[in-house]
Amino acid sequence: MTGRQRADRRAGIAFVAPAVVALAALALYPGLWVLWLSLQQRIPIFGISRFVGLEHFAFLVSDPRFWNAARVTVAFTVASVALELALGLIVALALWRQRAGRRVALSLLLLAWALPSVVTAKLFEWLYHPSAGLVNLLLGGRAFNWLGDPALALPALILADVWRTMPFVALLCYARLLTIPPEIYEAARVDGATRVAMLTSITLPLLRAILLVALLFRTLDALRAFDLMYVLTGGGPAGTTETLTVFAYRSLFQTLQLGFGSAISVAIFVVVMAIAAGYLRALRREGLTA
Amino acid sequence: MTTRARRGDLAILILLAVWATPFFWQVRTSFTPDSELLRTTSPLPARPTLAHYQAVVERSVMPRALGNSLAVATITTLVALALGVPAAYGFARLPVPGKGVLLLAIVASTAFPQIATVSPLYLLLRALDLRDTWTALVLANTSFALPLLIWLIAGFIREIPIEVEEAAFLDGAGRLGALGRIVLPLIAPGVASAALLTFLASWNEFLFAFTFTATEASRTVPVALALFPGVFEIPWGDIAAASILASLPPIIIVVGLQRWLVHGLVGGALKE
Repeated sequence: MTGRQRADRRAGIAFVAPAVVALAALALYPGLWVLWLSLQQRIPIFGISRFVGLEHFAFLVSDPRFWNAARVTVAFTVASVALELALGLIVALALWRQRAGRRVALSLLLLAWALPSVVTAKLFEWLYHPSAGLVNLLLGGRAFNWLGDPALALPALILADVWRTMPFVALLCYARLLTIPPEIYEAARVDGATRVAMLTSITLPLLRAILLVALLFRTLDALRAFDLMYVLTGGGPAGTTETLTVFAYRSLFQTLQLGFGSAISVAIFVVVMAIAAGYLRALRREGLTA
Repeated sequence: MTTRARRGDLAILILLAVWATPFFWQVRTSFTPDSELLRTTSPLPARPTLAHYQAVVERSVMPRALGNSLAVATITTLVALALGVPAAYGFARLPVPGKGVLLLAIVASTAFPQIATVSPLYLLLRALDLRDTWTALVLANTSFALPLLIWLIAGFIREIPIEVEEAAFLDGAGRLGALGRIVLPLIAPGVASAALLTFLASWNEFLFAFTFTATEASRTVPVALALFPGVFEIPWGDIAAASILASLPPIIIVVGLQRWLVHGLVGGALKE
């Protein structure tokens, strides 16, 4: 090893050490600690703290509230991600052919995405107001109780989430579209390709990889989502919008069962990391490192 | 430009404005007097009022919360930059022992659900006696802001040809000098956009702030808004005014600094 290489190695360690130490303390350590917590019975207000092994997980397997929350989480994730991807793709294609006013268009689009999700929750709470909300006004003065009716609350929640996050998908697709060289389309036009043929055999295949990236980001975010449902519906009515994250939070900080709540968190953790790993493998196959 | 193209452009703008309606409706609500709120159906209030803003500014915790949010988001961004920029340079350019594993851990930690780390962080911050302080929120927010920032900035650094730096080394510059004088100016737009994203994420963060704060000494805007008090009925107009105030920094970032923001947002995802 030359002197220069040794110096670079020392510099490398010095450059990354502060960030690595910070992340070890603030992310890795809590990430491991939660596994340990999930194996304990911890109820601070009663001074209870003892090791119970896998008892919480054994309980969760037969807990109807857990399975209800799992179903709600899956329904929320599948519906909102599917709608976001479909709408986002359409909006990106529309923006792409936009000639004038692109800046204004992007600002209008990104507005919904940039707002704090608590603000989105407050916006939609008012829009869904049974007697004075804009949604019922636009439906001709109907009196749907969007957030109070067990059949309507989850669709209402999904709509709010789609509103908030569709712009992100649109932006990713739009940015990818801008990198496509226009010559490809000129060549296709010379060959007599129709607009539909150009869309299905040039544009969409080129968007495949970025759509997979968007699918990954959005799926993970939907599984981890908490703010919107906690503030908008609080998991109600009758648990119809109680996702795993809301169930975990309630157990942790409302009924103060740190061990049991951590066990639910660990379940979310495992599912999220498994999906992330699976997607990453799929992306590698696509020749993309994300 | 043909009339048809112009009509198409206009149609897209109108559709996007319709998409933004929930926000504009909240703006309208924030200027509507209570007496009209539960009755009117017109697009604009008959007698617009500033009463809701006055109530929020003079008689609510929002001003304090705005100050807390501004401080926490700014400090988080500065801490993440101070730790993240050198680390990104190290990962992009220097031989670091265990680099592969460390980078994998950093990517993995961007996927960590906050709900999974909130209980250990709560116990950690309680043990350090940091509950209800800005420091607690800065530390907690750094846990999700730092990995993303390192990832984005390392990507920007890799785009710069190594030869640019070699010239500086011939002039006798060290690694730190090369980073400060050569690399940083070149990636300044990328760093700015990553910083804006960090600020935005910290401004909008709710779960940690809701859990680790207890009083208005450290409550941030999303928490203050979620807990907005109503005495007998829900003060929709005041809530609307408060949510518009809470939205101002994100709107400034999106509208005013769009180019930089978009650069950072898509930069990380488009690397092939």
